[in-house]
Amino acid sequence: MNLTEKILARASKRESVSPGDVVFADVDKAMVHDVSGPGVIKVFEKLRKRGIDTSRLWDPSRVWVAEDHFVPSAEKISAQNLVRLSEFVRSHGITKHYRYGMGQYGICHSLSHEEALVLPGEVYVGGDSHTNTTGALGAFACGLGHTDMAYVLLKGRIWFRVPETILIRISGRLPGDVTAKDVILRIIGDMGTDGGAYRTMQFAGDTVSDMSVEDRLTMCNMTTEAGAKNGIVEPDAKTLSYLESRGARGVHMVRPDPDASYHQTIEYDAESLVPVVAEPYSPDNITPVAEAPSEDLDKAYIGSCTGAKYEDLAAAAHILKGRQVRIRTEVLPATMSIYRRAVTDGLVSTFIESGAMVGPPTCGACCGAHMGVLADGEVCISTTNRNFPGRMGHPGSRTYLASPAVAAASAVTGRITHPGDLD
Amino acid sequence: MTVDCPAGRAIKYERDNIDTDVIIPGQYLKIHDYSELATHAMEGMDPSFHSKGGSYIVAGRNFGCGSSREHAPIALAESGIRAVLALSFARIFYRNSVDGAFLLPIEIGPDAYSGISDGDDISVDIDGGTLTDHTTSKSYAIKPFPGIIRRIIDSGGLFGYDPE
Repeated sequence: MNLTEKILARASKRESVSPGDVVFADVDKAMVHDVSGPGVIKVFEKLRKRGIDTSRLWDPSRVWVAEDHFVPSAEKISAQNLVRLSEFVRSHGITKHYRYGMGQYGICHSLSHEEALVLPGEVYVGGDSHTNTTGALGAFACGLGHTDMAYVLLKGRIWFRVPETILIRISGRLPGDVTAKDVILRIIGDMGTDGGAYRTMQFAGDTVSDMSVEDRLTMCNMTTEAGAKNGIVEPDAKTLSYLESRGARGVHMVRPDPDASYHQTIEYDAESLVPVVAEPYSPDNITPVAEAPSEDLDKAYIGSCTGAKYEDLAAAAHILKGRQVRIRTEVLPATMSIYRRAVTDGLVSTFIESGAMVGPPTCGACCGAHMGVLADGEVCISTTNRNFPGRMGHPGSRTYLASPAVAAASAVTGRITHPGDLD
Repeated sequence: MTVDCPAGRAIKYERDNIDTDVIIPGQYLKIHDYSELATHAMEGMDPSFHSKGGSYIVAGRNFGCGSSREHAPIALAESGIRAVLALSFARIFYRNSVDGAFLLPIEIGPDAYSGISDGDDISVDIDGGTLTDHTTSKSYAIKPFPGIIRRIIDSGGLFGYDPE
């Protein structure tokens, strides 16, 4: 069995599983946030009307809650949702609640690795599609809706169809200007937004071994954009060291069997890759930066679970150091722990001196909800993961997806720019 | 949810990748009142959605791609949509529709996709595996639901389903 099959077999107490099997898997960790949490509360209300007891969760110690989409509250409904979520947390005995304005908090997928909340070999489900992110730590990490999350919270398990695995093997040394974001955009460009549908995307090869854990998180984050059930990377010494440095102990390094098989293997030569952007309105609409349209941008956004980890901010700061932004530029570190390091290491000063705005961790503008949405006709370059019509604001706005380095270079010129082309 | 799909009007969107952001834009994710969500259904791409009085949506590949927001099938179902008939579905939209018993995600073939026009009167016979376009008097095969999906549908959603 391969990595995903092995995790699902263990979790469903089977000797082995094969793609296509339907299993009920025991869940190790579960997450809801300030959208899916109130969604679960609503499902619980419906269940109680049917006489189903919702007073006790299967295991509150395995559940954690993030406040990320609608913080800081822009209006009354969002504020009320946080109050309801806090009451839910309290009444169900959940201890891990990462609250806005109370120390460590931030985007759920970034907390999952910053706080080492998910370990290799675990089944981790979250009420958000980008739960796939955390598969970079060697877990089976998969996004679910509100009814499914309510089922998980009450019963501790959920059904899955065992996915076929697409092995994406990347070999060689990445050119100096090519980042993990460019690699995953290129892969999505080749596969299409449903090219990984219902399947696992597993990343391997010496290029992936050479990548940092954060780069691997960027890769797995965007497997969602190819429709994948999960993204995964086999855990290694880097994974172990990353998790232990964040307090994890007793990490079990899950390995595929020697005779593991894959539905399909796709090979990439790292040296052939170039920096790219995804043009509106789809993450698979890829163009090399060198050939990107020369149009005036209105905003650069460096944020989200995809593009506001510490190394993302460092890459952007490296470009912005000693330069001035020419367009509206917003930097929103993904979690407070990342924000704190960015202050200590001088990144925040660099951003502010460049003219950029540094804001609090939030999903707000990435999903067009609040905190800097786009107006009709505005054009944005963004380190986020989606550029569907209206994704970041008005349906008449347009977003280019890019790496933090390309977004920062473009902030300096006001047009899509290769970092190497800056003076 | 019912597997009963009586004759009703089809709204056809001749495009692939209709994502959850256009089905229910992100600014409404804070809303959890089902009837209020319905008022914003398809707001991201079709402001005239509600005036069409549709019972079915017919669309191309990868319907419901994007976020895990259960608001998407809820907003459609509360707007009177009984089933979405598409060439294929994104996985979370598909399982949300079934597990929450909001609407039926039915896979159709290219013949039905090209044969059905916007505004046609259609019905679906789930057990018989056929879709009928009463406007053109043509019938098409639909793809049967996988075993577990059918059992969850027949159980009225995941919470009614007993895996043992």
